[in-house]
Amino acid sequence: MSSVSKHLKGIHVDHCKNTAGQPIVKMPVPEKVYIPMVQHIGAPCQPTVAVGDHVKVGQVIGDNTAPMCAPIHSSVSGEVTALVKGMTAQGIVDTSIEITTDGKQEIAETVVPPTVNNKEEFLAAVRAAGLVGLGGAAFPTHIKYNPRNPEEVDTLILNGAECEPYITVDHMTMLEHAEEIVAGAKSILKHLNLKQAIIGIEGNKPDAIAKFNELVKNEPNISVCELLQQYPQGAERVLIYECTGKHLIAGKLPADVGVIVSNVTTVLKLQQFLATGMPLVSKSLTVDGNVVKEPKNVEVPIGTPIIDIIEFCGGYTGEPKKILMGGPMMGRALPDDGKCIIKGNNAILAFDETFANINPETACINCGRCVKACPMNLMPTAIFKAFEHKDVDALKKYHVMSCMDCGCCTYVCPARKQLSFMNKLAKSLVLAEGGKK
Amino acid sequence: MSNIKHGNLIVSSAPHVVSPVNTSKIMLDVCIALIPALIMEVVVFGIRALILTAVCVAACVIFESATRKILGRPDTISDLSAVVTGILLSYNLPAGLPFWMAIIGCFVSIVIVKQLFGGLGQNFVNPAIVGRIVLFISFATPMTTWVLPKAQQTADAITGPTPLGLFAKGMDVPSNTDMFLGFIGGCTGEVSALALLIGGVYLIIKKVIEPTIPVCFIGTVFVFALVAGLDPVFHIFAGGVMLGAIFMATDYVTSPITTKGKIIFGIGCGLLTMIIRLYASYPEGVSFAILLMNILTPHIDNLTRTKLNGIPAGGDK
Repeated sequence: MSSVSKHLKGIHVDHCKNTAGQPIVKMPVPEKVYIPMVQHIGAPCQPTVAVGDHVKVGQVIGDNTAPMCAPIHSSVSGEVTALVKGMTAQGIVDTSIEITTDGKQEIAETVVPPTVNNKEEFLAAVRAAGLVGLGGAAFPTHIKYNPRNPEEVDTLILNGAECEPYITVDHMTMLEHAEEIVAGAKSILKHLNLKQAIIGIEGNKPDAIAKFNELVKNEPNISVCELLQQYPQGAERVLIYECTGKHLIAGKLPADVGVIVSNVTTVLKLQQFLATGMPLVSKSLTVDGNVVKEPKNVEVPIGTPIIDIIEFCGGYTGEPKKILMGGPMMGRALPDDGKCIIKGNNAILAFDETFANINPETACINCGRCVKACPMNLMPTAIFKAFEHKDVDALKKYHVMSCMDCGCCTYVCPARKQLSFMNKLAKSLVLAEGGKK
Repeated sequence: MSNIKHGNLIVSSAPHVVSPVNTSKIMLDVCIALIPALIMEVVVFGIRALILTAVCVAACVIFESATRKILGRPDTISDLSAVVTGILLSYNLPAGLPFWMAIIGCFVSIVIVKQLFGGLGQNFVNPAIVGRIVLFISFATPMTTWVLPKAQQTADAITGPTPLGLFAKGMDVPSNTDMFLGFIGGCTGEVSALALLIGGVYLIIKKVIEPTIPVCFIGTVFVFALVAGLDPVFHIFAGGVMLGAIFMATDYVTSPITTKGKIIFGIGCGLLTMIIRLYASYPEGVSFAILLMNILTPHIDNLTRTKLNGIPAGGDK
């Protein structure tokens, strides 16, 4: 159970976990993949292949010597047919490598299990695996695992909360790969010299909780923390508090409170790399939404166009008006279905206009629902009023920089105010006016 | 990039789902919660009270719509807030009040207090309360000519004092049972504590209001009366305490947001009510108490801001 008696606030959103219990099916290799050179927070990769090159699965096709960067590997075997400049699913205009697949899925010669005997080799392996935070933030994992204050960091938290509606793929991953996830956690504990690992899983996944409890019953330093059935338990700051009782305030890193947080899928991919040498080249995701014919959990090569995935799931049943990359609370709405899967994706949701329409805003009635919902204990109503007056001092006074964009305030607002969006704008305003205080 | 089958999709900022609760639904719940009191006003005072309520609702909606039109703003009658104001104002009037006076009250509430300050959410005091106070001060006699419950009317007396009027003169007051059920003189909607409590419980169950303000308000009146050596049950059922505490003081716009603020607000309302009842020249003080606390609300909100998680008290700048 959670170690804290007083929980952070949050909201109850319909789970809509329509794909719960559906095994992850492997999608056939698409005709072409487009692998963007920027899939993480930090410096973009430079292509290390040229048009006409033949590439194999697991071969490095993009890298950069900047520290804040994770290499990018080919997810397919085939021929590099173009370097395309265009907007990626993240809204960034950068190069993507177009690979026309040959369907053979030959594995690169470089794919061999790494030798890991110490922390340096371990971190090098994490980098070589191309790992980034797979919960969505896509922070390069080898940077996260190498904090400035290693002596103060003692806890690894595995994020298995999956608090977003619709998404079930982490749940299925946990059920299908529990042993490997625990093995991955043990390697991290060993090489980073941490004392304990806590696996945080939301209470709506009792089978996953039971499975991990069974697996770790003889592991004194690994425990399972059952999280409240409440959004956003999987938000990093909420998860850290619920698992350890420590508050992470804005501008600090988890390592500052002695914690490293990794998504369960990140740990699984790390373990698979340590065991086989196969880097991060495929991603499992939930495909759902009211215009998808056969909602599914699928495993796809990174770079697969969304339209190909939807077609694999039976195609559209109606005219899509909104396609989300990620969940409905924090996911990104895409301008078209030609965008491609990147490392940090965990869901593709397609909806018709009944879902996509945004109701007009009405006047704030000061009801305080946003204040009661905010996990960070902010006052979104006061923030938006300060933002309307462009009052940076008031915005700082109301701690707008502590907003983590979870969207609870917008969800509960009876006046349909885009509070979370205004918080984002207000944060940019404060940053523009002279940086974080 | 890849072929596109569907482009030109709707792009908006997350979150992409919202709760089904919206302002109109909240206001509708308040109207539903006011139905038991509506039934009781008809039972106690007859059909005239119901017509008074209907006139107030119609006047408020028309004033709201007309003002928005003249000011060139979008129509907002569908949010039902004008309906709520109309019902509440009528509940604060004696059953026999001439309709034209009631309509003046609606004008003050909707046009002056609400729309001229910017409409819903911008009014700094409760519109219905100000409407009542303006009528009370302008038309002192008709506003204090209380129709007696039909059962108590005789051939030569159809009006009489309210329990608080009797109390102020040191006369015998009705039994607490009559006060609880509502068979007493008074404003149309305030007489039946039972009906108002049913409405209050409904609002709390539907999570429209939190019990904080009503409990602090009524609790303070109770304790104050007890300490002053009076019958506390009489004081919480008399006058507008129930109506004020459950429906007027809990108005979102004019009450504090945080729980701490709500406690201060509720206690303040209770204290002022009893101070006016016992020491001022008016027999009843609920409207003035709520009005004064409405004015203090921005300051209470400012003093009771939420503290950021993880920052110890005092270390917060």
